[in-house]
Amino acid sequence: MAERSFKAEVEDLRLGAGDTFTGEGILAITKALLENGVGYVGGYQGAPISHLMDVLADAEDLMAELGVRYEANASEAAAAAMLAASVHYPIRGAVTFKGPVGVNVASDALANLCSSGVTGGALIIVGEDYGEGSSIMQERSHAFAMKSQFWLLDPRPNLPSIVQAVEQGFALSEASNTPVMLMVRIRSCHVTGSFAAKDNRPPPLTVRAAQANPQSNFARVVLPPMSFAHEQDKIKNRWPAAEKYILDNGLNEKFGPDAPVGFVVQGGMYNAVIRALQRLGLADIYGETQVPLYVLNVTYPLISSEFLAFSAGKSALLVVEEGQPDFIEQALGAMLYRAGADIRLHGKDVLPMAGEYTGQVMLDGVTAFLRKAAPEMLPGQVRAPNADAPAIPDLSKTVPIRPPGFCTGCPERPIFAALKLVQQETGKLQITGDIGCHLFACLPPFEIGGATMGYGLGPAANAAFDGGGDRRALSILGDGGFWHNGLSSSIGNMVFNKSDSVAVIVDNYYSAATGGQDILSSRAANGSKATGNPITRALKGVGVNWVRQVNHTYDVGHMRDVLREALTTDQPGPKVIVASSECMLNKQRREKPLRSAAIREGRRVDIPRFGVDEAICTGDHACIRLSGCPSLSLKKLDDPLRDDPVASIDQSCVGCGNCGEVADAAVLCPSFYRADVIHNPARWEQSLARLRARIIGWLQARRARGRLSFEAGAK
Amino acid sequence: MTALGAIEPAGSGDQGQILKLAVMAVGGQGGGVLTGWIEAMARAEGYAVQATSVAGVAQRTGATIYYIEMAPKAAQSPVFSLAPAAGDVDIVIAAEMMEAGRAILRGFVTPDRTVLIGSTHRALAVSEKTVPGDGIAKAEEVRAAAEMAAKRLVLADMEVLALQAGSVISASLFGALAGSGALPFKRPAFEAAIRAGGKGVDGSLRAFAAGFDAVQKTAADAPKPQSTQIPNPTGKPDLLAEWEALMRRAGALPDPAVTLAQAGLRKLVDFQDLAYGAEYLTRIEAILAQDKAEHSYALTAQAAKYIANAMAYDDVIRVADLKTRSGRFVAIRKEMGATEAHLLQVTEYMHPRAAEVAGMLPAGLGRRVMASPRALKILEKLFNRGRHFRSDGLWAFAQLYALGGLRFYRRRTLRHAEEVAHLESWLAQAMAYLPQNYDLAVEVIRCRRLIKGYSDTHARGRSKYDRVLDGIAVVASRADAADWARRLREAALQDEEGRALDGALDTIRSFS
Repeated sequence: MAERSFKAEVEDLRLGAGDTFTGEGILAITKALLENGVGYVGGYQGAPISHLMDVLADAEDLMAELGVRYEANASEAAAAAMLAASVHYPIRGAVTFKGPVGVNVASDALANLCSSGVTGGALIIVGEDYGEGSSIMQERSHAFAMKSQFWLLDPRPNLPSIVQAVEQGFALSEASNTPVMLMVRIRSCHVTGSFAAKDNRPPPLTVRAAQANPQSNFARVVLPPMSFAHEQDKIKNRWPAAEKYILDNGLNEKFGPDAPVGFVVQGGMYNAVIRALQRLGLADIYGETQVPLYVLNVTYPLISSEFLAFSAGKSALLVVEEGQPDFIEQALGAMLYRAGADIRLHGKDVLPMAGEYTGQVMLDGVTAFLRKAAPEMLPGQVRAPNADAPAIPDLSKTVPIRPPGFCTGCPERPIFAALKLVQQETGKLQITGDIGCHLFACLPPFEIGGATMGYGLGPAANAAFDGGGDRRALSILGDGGFWHNGLSSSIGNMVFNKSDSVAVIVDNYYSAATGGQDILSSRAANGSKATGNPITRALKGVGVNWVRQVNHTYDVGHMRDVLREALTTDQPGPKVIVASSECMLNKQRREKPLRSAAIREGRRVDIPRFGVDEAICTGDHACIRLSGCPSLSLKKLDDPLRDDPVASIDQSCVGCGNCGEVADAAVLCPSFYRADVIHNPARWEQSLARLRARIIGWLQARRARGRLSFEAGAK
Repeated sequence: MTALGAIEPAGSGDQGQILKLAVMAVGGQGGGVLTGWIEAMARAEGYAVQATSVAGVAQRTGATIYYIEMAPKAAQSPVFSLAPAAGDVDIVIAAEMMEAGRAILRGFVTPDRTVLIGSTHRALAVSEKTVPGDGIAKAEEVRAAAEMAAKRLVLADMEVLALQAGSVISASLFGALAGSGALPFKRPAFEAAIRAGGKGVDGSLRAFAAGFDAVQKTAADAPKPQSTQIPNPTGKPDLLAEWEALMRRAGALPDPAVTLAQAGLRKLVDFQDLAYGAEYLTRIEAILAQDKAEHSYALTAQAAKYIANAMAYDDVIRVADLKTRSGRFVAIRKEMGATEAHLLQVTEYMHPRAAEVAGMLPAGLGRRVMASPRALKILEKLFNRGRHFRSDGLWAFAQLYALGGLRFYRRRTLRHAEEVAHLESWLAQAMAYLPQNYDLAVEVIRCRRLIKGYSDTHARGRSKYDRVLDGIAVVASRADAADWARRLREAALQDEEGRALDGALDTIRSFS
């Protein structure tokens, strides 16, 4: 079960002609797929398109009614490979994953797909994860479109434009026998809005029907000499066909009047450009602009004739292209040069080469361009500001950074607490991390792991150290990464090379970082997917002989002992620990409603929570340095004798036990206690508790008589 | 505190009718729910509206932004931006004090237009919590900046308001947004959005009302004056009479020391007994005899504070005593929200070590044990393991109760002897500096702050203390020795391993 359920929203996917659809970008894309007769869909989760996968999974029933096959692919490579169905069959297929790291993984299949060419429309929906909120390196998917030759759509970020891009993408793909990548930026995936719905359309040919009548043609196989023919076909036929379709159907848009200067804008940047113009008084709120805009809803291929027509008669152009290298600006420059045009081309000279084009960046860039090329267009206030902005105190030293981290009660926290304790015994270890929530361990307070090379590549990233040494190298791998790529690239590599290293597989029952999607080793029953395949069985299957399964990661002492054993055992070959406990975010979401219902129905429920005796805590915060739990915080006491704040656990604590276990395993202090509040206790329990309380109360009263009591309000 | 300015709808920026609202939250605070309510309400009220967010890993407990733009519906669709821009936001809702600071830092709050609605509560960042000393960011700096940066400022503890209503902060913030009048919608429209959401409606409406009212009240949320009054204890009349005599004795100290000495007295009488309290006052009076009015008795005041902390050391007896008091169980019940209908079970997490057990032996025997590796090994074997006691159960309670009862024997233990020896050497060192450098003596007294915690942490504190005092000895003859002493102490509190302290010590050695 995914972190977010779209069961309610999915009902809107049934809307038809005459209805207005209102919702998020990802839902709009799904609706557009169904309206355009898609035959099969798939993909691999990852921000910002994780929720698109969740929507597809939740819409599985509806899609089955339409005869659409949904596949939760094992990786982006698997998803891209699935588009092979559109090579020989006139079936529209769509897959989704994140860019550009997902595109990296998919690139092998994409290159083959692009060489073969497609008969049915093949759409790759990529969530471009660039700029603020991104969890990956800052790169562009654009380069892949150029090298493999597929077309890249970057529509204006509003629902009608995105929906239209899906329709045009399929048609363009079929018109040019080329896969099309529809790029949606991180914020467009969750942007809300409305569009006019159409009826859903079942695929004219379903995959089931196609299977009954198999097709093959060796001319489409990537083998010489056919591959040489593919290369010629790309340039001689597919490219011109694409240009024709783009021109005939007006995929790119022009706005504004004729003027001596103009902007060439990636579709996804359109709103940000309009906002800058609005702020300069050069556009109204509906986008009526005084500066002509050439909006590239198709950023690859660029259409020379269309661009030159736009630039004709202009003295200067501004290219708004986010990220680097500046592929578009270079290409446009070459076009102008070849055409012998006398037009000044601006772009990365006034806008930054790297980094997100935020509102301020865009305003500054547009202003700088106009100052150079058309100063008369700028309002006087901008040309000669006469008032200084008021000085506001600088808070950059006050406000702490707040990177993402482990959630309250996360089962991964105790694994890294144990690892930190082990390193106190062994000294610092050579550690590599992987992609997933567990990568947060490289941040304070744990600071564990110094590299991450890709999904499922944690142990592979330690391969140079596989020969062993004074202290074994250790790597982290998540269950998601394990099934994505880790089993072969990391574990298989360790086995084959007789690695002496240790790998810790963090098994939290889900692909947790991407939103709690089920994977092969998930424990939950899933109607349409096969879960419940233990990681340990796979490990043994590929030949790992030293495997330890830890079923309760919160036992920090045990976790530490297992790690120590893995680091010191004489057994040759890879040492692999599978540390399993359920993702707390998902567990709480699952159990909280059940617990509330049980309490309402009068059943016995034990709710644990931790606390700190503030009189016993001395405020050294050693516990926090082994935890970082959001619910374990600090509190300043109203006591003039105390300098430092003491530890304090707030009511968001879920009683996972990490802090108590850490205090015990690291021999920190006796301040922690666990309080179990028993709802609807049995009668005998209550009687026993009353008896105990009476005896304890008598003892307490006896002692209190001999001393002064300062417990204000205690009685 | 809530404040300032006339109530008028926001949105008089460059683009007229577009109203821009950013929600700055910490992942997990329900910023998405709040955004959903605002969006649904605006749509229901006839506005074109667009919301965006960044989902995914970036949201796991990290700082995150939700952004909404709206404009009255017209024939044409407005072109909205997908992200907030510096200097171009009408309303900022900050779901935490430092997130308000972050909004200001990023330029989203500007005096010409921005209504800032913030919660004053703190969700501490990891970097603030891991510092061994006090690393908590200064909220008053954010408040001061907010007062300058915002056109209108609404600040209240929205977290507490929500918790009191049995709900979450998104609801109280939504109430504050309604109460601020910054959006052109009336209260029923807000409440309708909550009802339409359909989840936890009653709690949300209660928290909404609390948030709404908080804006109307002025200065209701002002920090309460701290009560430093020592509450009167209860007990037998003869003990009370003795207590009052001690309090009078403490009250006779110079003004700057009285509050601290009375707090210290309370702590030590609670720790041990009245005689121990008297002993404490005797120590302070001895220091006072060498103190001077011209320094406003800083030495006596600081000695009153730190001698109390040193004398109330954290031994097994104290822990057991505190864990078995009746007031503690009452406090835990309250903290956990357990009522008469619930049972409460309390499990203690303890891990005694040989050194602590040896410390409880009579001083002579204890010293012999500590000197014998064999004896220590036996003690380790017998005692060194984690123990999870159910202190609401009779057997565990009885054990802790018996340990706590050893109070009367405490003065004969090895631990006590060690603590007294350390205390006296510390005071002697401080007083030795007094004739040449008053301020330095005060700083040395303050160094006692470094010693805290249990077992390893305590040992580390002791070692830092020793290194700081050694460092002070190096610079003691300099005129700015007190300043260096303070810097060394602060460096020692910055990180666990003592890296900052090492750096400071290197500096000292470089010029001495």
